[in-house]
Amino acid sequence: MTIRQISVFIDDKAGSLVRVLDVLKEEGHQIITSTLTDSPEFAIYRVLCTDPDKAYESLHKAGFNVMMPDVFALVVDDEPGMAARAIGVIAEEGISVRYMYSFLLGGKGILVLRTHQTNKAQEVITLAKLKQASESELKSLMEQSI
Amino acid sequence: MSKFPVPDDSCEYFDQEHETMTREQIEALQVERLRDTIKRCQKNPVYKKRLAEADITPESIQTVADVRKLPFTTKQDLRENYPFGLACVPLRDCVRLHSSSGTTGNPTVILHTQNDLDEWANQVARNLWMIGLRPSDVFQNSSGYGMFTGGLGFQYGAERLGMLTVPAAAGNSLRQIKFMKDFGTTAVHAVPSYVTRLYEVMQETGVDPRKDLKLKALAIGAEPHSEAQRQRIEQMLGVKAYNSFGMSEMCGPGVGFECKEQNGLHFWEDYYIVEIVNPDTLEPVPDGEIGELVLTSICREAMPLLRYRTRDLTRVLGRTCACGRNHIRLDRMKGRSDDMMVLRGVNIFPIQIEKILMNFKELASNYLITLTTDDDNDNMTVEVELEELFTDDYGRLQELKREVTRQLKDEILLTPIVKLVPKGTLPVSEGKAVRVVDKRKVYQ
Repeated sequence: MTIRQISVFIDDKAGSLVRVLDVLKEEGHQIITSTLTDSPEFAIYRVLCTDPDKAYESLHKAGFNVMMPDVFALVVDDEPGMAARAIGVIAEEGISVRYMYSFLLGGKGILVLRTHQTNKAQEVITLAKLKQASESELKSLMEQSI
Repeated sequence: MSKFPVPDDSCEYFDQEHETMTREQIEALQVERLRDTIKRCQKNPVYKKRLAEADITPESIQTVADVRKLPFTTKQDLRENYPFGLACVPLRDCVRLHSSSGTTGNPTVILHTQNDLDEWANQVARNLWMIGLRPSDVFQNSSGYGMFTGGLGFQYGAERLGMLTVPAAAGNSLRQIKFMKDFGTTAVHAVPSYVTRLYEVMQETGVDPRKDLKLKALAIGAEPHSEAQRQRIEQMLGVKAYNSFGMSEMCGPGVGFECKEQNGLHFWEDYYIVEIVNPDTLEPVPDGEIGELVLTSICREAMPLLRYRTRDLTRVLGRTCACGRNHIRLDRMKGRSDDMMVLRGVNIFPIQIEKILMNFKELASNYLITLTTDDDNDNMTVEVELEELFTDDYGRLQELKREVTRQLKDEILLTPIVKLVPKGTLPVSEGKAVRVVDKRKVYQ
């Protein structure tokens, strides 16, 4: 089970990120979490929204370079070492993580990651009985925490 | 006439008879030579048809202004008649050809008879003599050889003058500087950006051009440069740098050159009829007004060109000069009437860039080329919009960028700075995309 993330290609000019955020705000989208790394020239802004389909539609309509990749959302207890265990299981199978970010929601740690070999990664995650969050679970956690 | 003796060192002129003609003499000679050229052109089927259509015979030319009755010739004509379709003599009478790179379609081919080569050498020798070079000088030609006319053109011209001529060619700056020191080089020809490069290497290796070298003069050309750039070069090397204009269609370097007054380039009117026209209406513009340079070669045998549209923009500065030469003086080139860019001596059309970018389905059709001068180096930045976001992997986007850069380099022979930009961020004006922004200070 994967969830859909929104990825937007933006350049390093002032105001690029604001333009994305403005569209999301104007169209009433709720952001669960988002991340942006410091990369030269251009960057990819990654965001989880409560309604990815509609958020994608809004950004696409507004003319952004946007895509909706599938990512894993692993739920771990908010305790030391839990992230290491989850990632360790995947790494042991030789699957590399392309990117990862994490956040706390409703007292739970959420690790969002995109891997190479998505199908194999899913098998490993299922086998290791790692807990995964669905889009609707994230949405309800989000609503509870407000 | 082609092999008259080299004059005494004290003589101001290499070819005094032609260089110091009065305006009336120049124009009388032009009428005579244009008539002869039309006769030669009538031996070529393409020209013959065109001249007949325009109802032109040699007798149609009574004054120089009658050149305007002739049809224009363009680069497109050269391409369409590639390779030998515009030859006015049998191939057995030709001894050399030069060719452009042909990156935007068929290459263009220019043929030469032995007499054409001799006259070309005369023009170059005339120029080099004009800037004070004499047979005792050592001339180092740090320009590309091969098909590029700046190599052999200066080689034969410098030899014709009688100088010891070093065909150093371009590149390998350390060796260039060693040659200059060891051979006692007194004059160098190179593109301006390469002169700057040589100076940098001199600085890095502790060579002081004013103390360690015997330079007297520089000839710079083949790429646009500003008056400020020229002055910087002169300050760097401590000698005068003279602007040279040439184009392979006319022969190569030698067509126009600055005299010691450095007040415009003398275009040799015993070899060419010079017109400046409005590129839209093709009507002549008054002296002092910028227009497109149109040249008719009136001495060439193998491939004379009638009213050739050079696409270079310039203006007439005067027809007399303190140096005693009454050949027309034109300003340094002010730009192009087409979209060709000249970068580090390489001619580049936006269509070449576009062709490569179109190969990538990941890229959108909107792009912007920006030319800048950074530390005296001309650089090209190509910004291109991403079509659809095909990956959100930063590494794969960087790989795409590298591949675009590599293919562009193969096409234009220079490494541009490639930037991927989001859709809709590049300027579009009046529905027509702006493709090239030239921020260089070369046309000032």
